[in-house]
Parts: sequence; structure tokens; C-alpha cells
Amino acid sequence: MCQCNHNGPKSDLSLLENVLSEYGGVSSNLITILQKAQGIYGYLPKDVMYHIADNVGITPADVMGVATFYSQFRLSPIGKYLIMSCQGTACHVNGSERVAAAISEYLGIRNGETTEDGLFTLEEVACLGCCSLAPVIMINGEAYGNLTPDSAVEVIKNIQKEEGK
Amino acid sequence: MRIVIGEGSCGIAAGAGKVHKAIEALMTENEVFTLGSTGCIGMCFLEPIVDLYDGKTLLRRLVKVKASDAESIVNCARTGNLSLVDSITISADDEEFLNRQTRIALRHCGLIDPVSLDDYREADGYEALEKVLKTMTPEEVIEEIKISGLAGRGGAGFPTWFKWNAARQSVSDTKYLICNADEGDPGAFMDRAVIESDPHTLIEGMLIGAYAIGAKEMIVYVRAEYPLAITNLEIAIEQAKKANLLGENILGTSFSCDMRIKAGAGAFVCGEETALIESLEGKRGMPRLKPPFPAQKGYMDEPSNINNVETFANVAWIMNNGGAAFAAMGTENSKGTKVFALTGKIRKGGLVEIPMGKTLRDVIYGIGGGIRDDKEFKAVQMGGPSGGCIPKELLDTVIDYKALGATGAIMGSGGMVVMDESTCMVGMAKFFLDFTALESCGKCVHCRIGTRRMQEILTRIVKGEGKEGDIELLEELCEAVKDGALCGLGQTAPNPVLTTIRYFRAEYEAHINEKKCPAKECVDLLTYSIVADKCKGCTLCAKKCPAKAISGEVKKAHIIDSDICIRCGQCVNSCRFGAINVE
Repeated sequence: MCQCNHNGPKSDLSLLENVLSEYGGVSSNLITILQKAQGIYGYLPKDVMYHIADNVGITPADVMGVATFYSQFRLSPIGKYLIMSCQGTACHVNGSERVAAAISEYLGIRNGETTEDGLFTLEEVACLGCCSLAPVIMINGEAYGNLTPDSAVEVIKNIQKEEGK
Repeated sequence: MRIVIGEGSCGIAAGAGKVHKAIEALMTENEVFTLGSTGCIGMCFLEPIVDLYDGKTLLRRLVKVKASDAESIVNCARTGNLSLVDSITISADDEEFLNRQTRIALRHCGLIDPVSLDDYREADGYEALEKVLKTMTPEEVIEEIKISGLAGRGGAGFPTWFKWNAARQSVSDTKYLICNADEGDPGAFMDRAVIESDPHTLIEGMLIGAYAIGAKEMIVYVRAEYPLAITNLEIAIEQAKKANLLGENILGTSFSCDMRIKAGAGAFVCGEETALIESLEGKRGMPRLKPPFPAQKGYMDEPSNINNVETFANVAWIMNNGGAAFAAMGTENSKGTKVFALTGKIRKGGLVEIPMGKTLRDVIYGIGGGIRDDKEFKAVQMGGPSGGCIPKELLDTVIDYKALGATGAIMGSGGMVVMDESTCMVGMAKFFLDFTALESCGKCVHCRIGTRRMQEILTRIVKGEGKEGDIELLEELCEAVKDGALCGLGQTAPNPVLTTIRYFRAEYEAHINEKKCPAKECVDLLTYSIVADKCKGCTLCAKKCPAKAISGEVKKAHIIDSDICIRCGQCVNSCRFGAINVE
């Protein structure tokens, strides 16, 4: 077990046991393990990455190297609603920048940030593959297409209403 | 009657799931019709799409279906009265979108149930595999692929037979066949459509490839952003295992082969084959030096062969119909068909598969119906961030690896993003450099720093801070990055800049010298003003303006204070008299 003093809250490492018994100990499974870990914790807490490094038999720096290389991995918790704003080519030519800017302005957060109430995280992504509906945003897996800056903000407002905000 | 709903990602995003639920809710216990789903037919502009079948015969194709249409669809299915759905039936003009295509890679997409092995088998599925395993040697398979002229559809266009042969020649007990389904080009989605809509075609094509090179294990590296593709492929793999199409002694022969999926984690560079191998091994996806080529030393240092999804999707068809039938389509140096994802400012966007040798005009005007909102065609971006733009003057360029390469663009994986007069080409080049600078893995200095410097120069230009000599500096950087980069990402990253300079140099000059954006897209270069003659003084724009930059009295012409104006365009959208001038 690693002896470093980690700051921040302690994660429940027992949640990871099943994943590690299936994939652990093999360094070529690292990406799969990190994906499963993120599925459990919602992001990759530092102590979880140290634990994975110990298990797989590589250095924490190696784990961090992989975690920061791929855009899928997050190092901080996300909000209840993850807004993925597509910035692919088709969305770009159909005005996705203005859509993202409108959401950003309305919620007061920038790309990668989470609102203070923990409700929304905004993430600009490369391509969601719904190019014919451009510009598109996806919120917790549901796609909203053919947006304008106004209609995108309307989508967010509706969620806020449902949440009683 | 059978009701079949198109439930690919695009269909679901457009609301196909809601239509499905609405119809299901109306169904009784002993319903006279059945309800099923299929994948993506590729007519994204008409989604959600519902097909009505009598047995195998398509009676009606219903388009842009809403949940509120469920009742008339159900009534139609019960009574057989097709006139009930007249208002949502596809138009003859829109039907041409499919009629003008030749579908090989997409031959089953939108027609069969993706997760039904029976459906696939009824459509001649796995017949090619049986023929190959029972009557052909691996060398004969490779020879047939050679005759077909099939080339890598991922972008590079390398002859498939050559790669297979190299992997076959490598001596080792363990070899791997890998499918690159890391479709990273923003604006391309044909590989996703194939896996989602016809996963068994991929499995069959890969099995034939594995037999040819002598691999016992197959890995599909899929983008994690494609959850439905992963699910459908997982189901198909399980079905194939149960039916003795995967595993030990496939179809009773001595050939054994397994298959697994590895989900990517989001990195454009992993589309490069050696970076993909690094990623498969659990590492940062950074390209390796070649040689040794993957055919000699690939995944886990064993001989490996990597092809993309669309390439494999053609294989079973070629084995069934013969390589010569495939080679009969196309041009001298590009055989068969190619799938394109047609998007952007196009009227009819979706998946288009056509024989090589057709022109860009055939695709954009003949099939895509031209430009949306009656605007003027300006350029088409081929090959995404690695490709280039092709201007109006070259619309009659034939679709062929060589002819497209000569324009400075590339065939690429098939992204075809159409741009109209309102798209700024300098902004477009900046958009792609933003992307490649972010996605550069950092291994090669020229790519890591060169793309960043180019991005900075382009950012300066679109902000109106361009300097004399910027175009020349960009050109010099482009050459240096091309020469100094190890892999395809860096070698092709300058293409969007080079092609926009080549065809739209005047637009760069207008930004730099006159501080104007001819397409009126670069906000920092725009000036908003009110045409006094047209302004009725309705005050609507002043109320809408978030910066309070508009002032004036009721029923008198208003003015915009350009020092306060944030150029958001709200006034233009709100003015009913066309009184706002943007320059």
C-alpha cells in the first residue's frame, strides 16, 4: 500500500474490488480499469488512482499520465447534469460556438466547470455523431438538436424548473 | 403488417424512442401488426423514420414522425388503409436520396434488425465466411481482395491485400486482427452507423481477414462516445459465439478465432494505427516509429493487422460477389464504393454511399439537394482536420484518391462538411487548428509547438490583429510541421490551413489588411449600425440588446454605440424591418 499522505476526502476503495478482481494486475487493462472506476465514482479521485497504480504494478505517475491523456477521464466531480456541447465540424458551421457561449453565460461556468449548486457541468466535446441535427448538445445521454442560443438556454431552464430551482 | 422504427443514434436523438413508446402504448395483447426496430438508413434529415412492411415488401416510408403520429400509424397498420399516413409519407424527391446510391458497405443498414442473427443470415449473412473457410486457402482470399482493389477506407487508402499479405508472411504463433473503430474525425459517422446497424457484417469481414492473415484473436477498438454501437456489437458477438461463428472450430472447420471489444477513451491521435496499439496496451496513445510496421511487430509485439470498419464491411460482399465485381466500379486507381457523411449547410444530410468516380457535384447537388436556405455553395471540407477544403470551382472533381489528393484535400474517412457563403474560411482553418493543437499527443516538437503557433497566428488574424507576413509565416510553419511530424496527425494538420490559403487567400488578406471578414462571421471584425431610413423606432432592438448599446426615441431612428456593442447579433434577429446593417 502506498504511504503517501493524500489530501482530500477518502474514497471507498472497496467499491473497486470487483473491477480489480476481473481486470486487475495487468497493465494493458489500465484504461478499462480507469473507465470502470470513473463509472463508480463519477470521476477519478486521487486515492483511487494511487490504489489502481499499486494493484496494476505501475507508478502513480504512469496512471496520472494515462488519466490526463484521454479526454474521457475527469479528475474532479461532475454536476448532476453533464451538458456535452458538441463542437464537431458540422456543429461548428451551424453555430455551436454561440450555443456554447449562451449556455456558458447563462450558467456562469466555463468549459469543464461545474455550477456552484452542483447541478450542471459544461463540457465541450469533439463530436457526438449526430451531425445532421447540428448544433447538438447532449445532457445525461439525451440529445437536443437544431439548437439556437435561445433554445439551448430554454432546455437548461426546463431542467432547472424540474429541479425546483 | 410490420412497423419498423429506425433507431440508430441519429434517429433516437431526433425522437425515435418516443415514437416507439407511443406506438407500443397503443398496442393490444393480440395485435394484428408487429413492432420492430432497425438501424440507421442514413437519411438523417428525415429522422425519425418509420417503415411499414408487408412481409419483405416496403409499403410506406414515413418521415419526421412525431409521437403524436402514433395513432394514425397504428390505425393504418390495423386497417391496411395507407391513406391514413399520407401526410407523413416520404416525398418522391426525398426518395431519390437513396435511389441514387449504390450500397455495399451499408447494404443492410436500416433494413435488418441489427441485433437479430436470423435477419442477418436471411440477408446472405455468413455465407461468405462459410465459402471462405470451406473452399478457399488464405492465399486465395488475399488474391481475391487484391483483384477487388479494396483500399483502406480509414483515410490513407493503402491497398488492403498488401497489409493482409504482410501480416500473413510474418511468422508467429500469435497474430492479431484489429479493427479501428475510433472514428475521431469530427463530422464523420459512417463507422458508427455500420456497427450500430449491421454489427454482424463487421464480425464476418473481420473473421475473413483473420483467416487470411492467420490470427486467432480479433479486437475492435471503439470510441467510448458510441455507446449504442458498443452495445449492439456486444450482443452480436454473443450471438456469433453461440452459433459457432466465433470461438473454437468455427463452422466445424479447424479455424478458431475469438473477438473482444476495447472502448477507447477519447483521443483523436488513436486513429493512427501505432497510437491505437499503444492505447490497446493500456498506455498513452502516442505513435511509434515505423518500421517495424504493425504487420511485423504490433500489439504486444506480435504481428498485427489493422483496418477500419468500412474496409471490413466490404469484405463479405467481395467474397460473395467476387473481387472483379467490386473492381468493376470506380476509377482506374480507386475501386468500389465509398461512404460519406454529408453534413453542414446541406439540405439533405446523411450517409451517402456511391461508386468512386462520381463527382463532388453529384453528391452535394444530385443527392444532397444543394445548399440549405438557398444560399451559395462556398466550399466542402473533406477528410476533417487532416483534410482540406475544396472550392466551388472544383465541384466537378471526381471522387478518387488521386484526384482528391491533387486538390490538397484527401479522401479521408468520409467526412464531407458543406459550407456556404456565411462560413469564414480563416475561421474554419482556426477551428481545425484549435482541434489538432489540442489533440496533438506532444511527442514530436514540430507538431506540438508548430500547431500551437499556427493556432495563435490564426487567432490573431480573426481578431483583427493580423500582420503583414502572417500568411507567409503560416505557409512556412505548415511545411515544417509536415516534415517534422512522425505520424499522420502532424503530417496532415497543416492541410486545412494550406488549402484555405490556396483557394481563399483574398479572405486572409481582407482580415489582415482591411480588418474585415467577408463572410461576416468573425465577430471582432464586425460593425453593427442602424439604417436610419429603414428604422421605424419600434424600440424592440433596444429592449433586446444585452449591452444596452442601442438608444433612441420611440418612432424615431435608433443608433448603436459601437464602443458598447458586444456584436452578439440579437438586434439583427429581433429587427422586423431589416434595418440593422452588419459590416
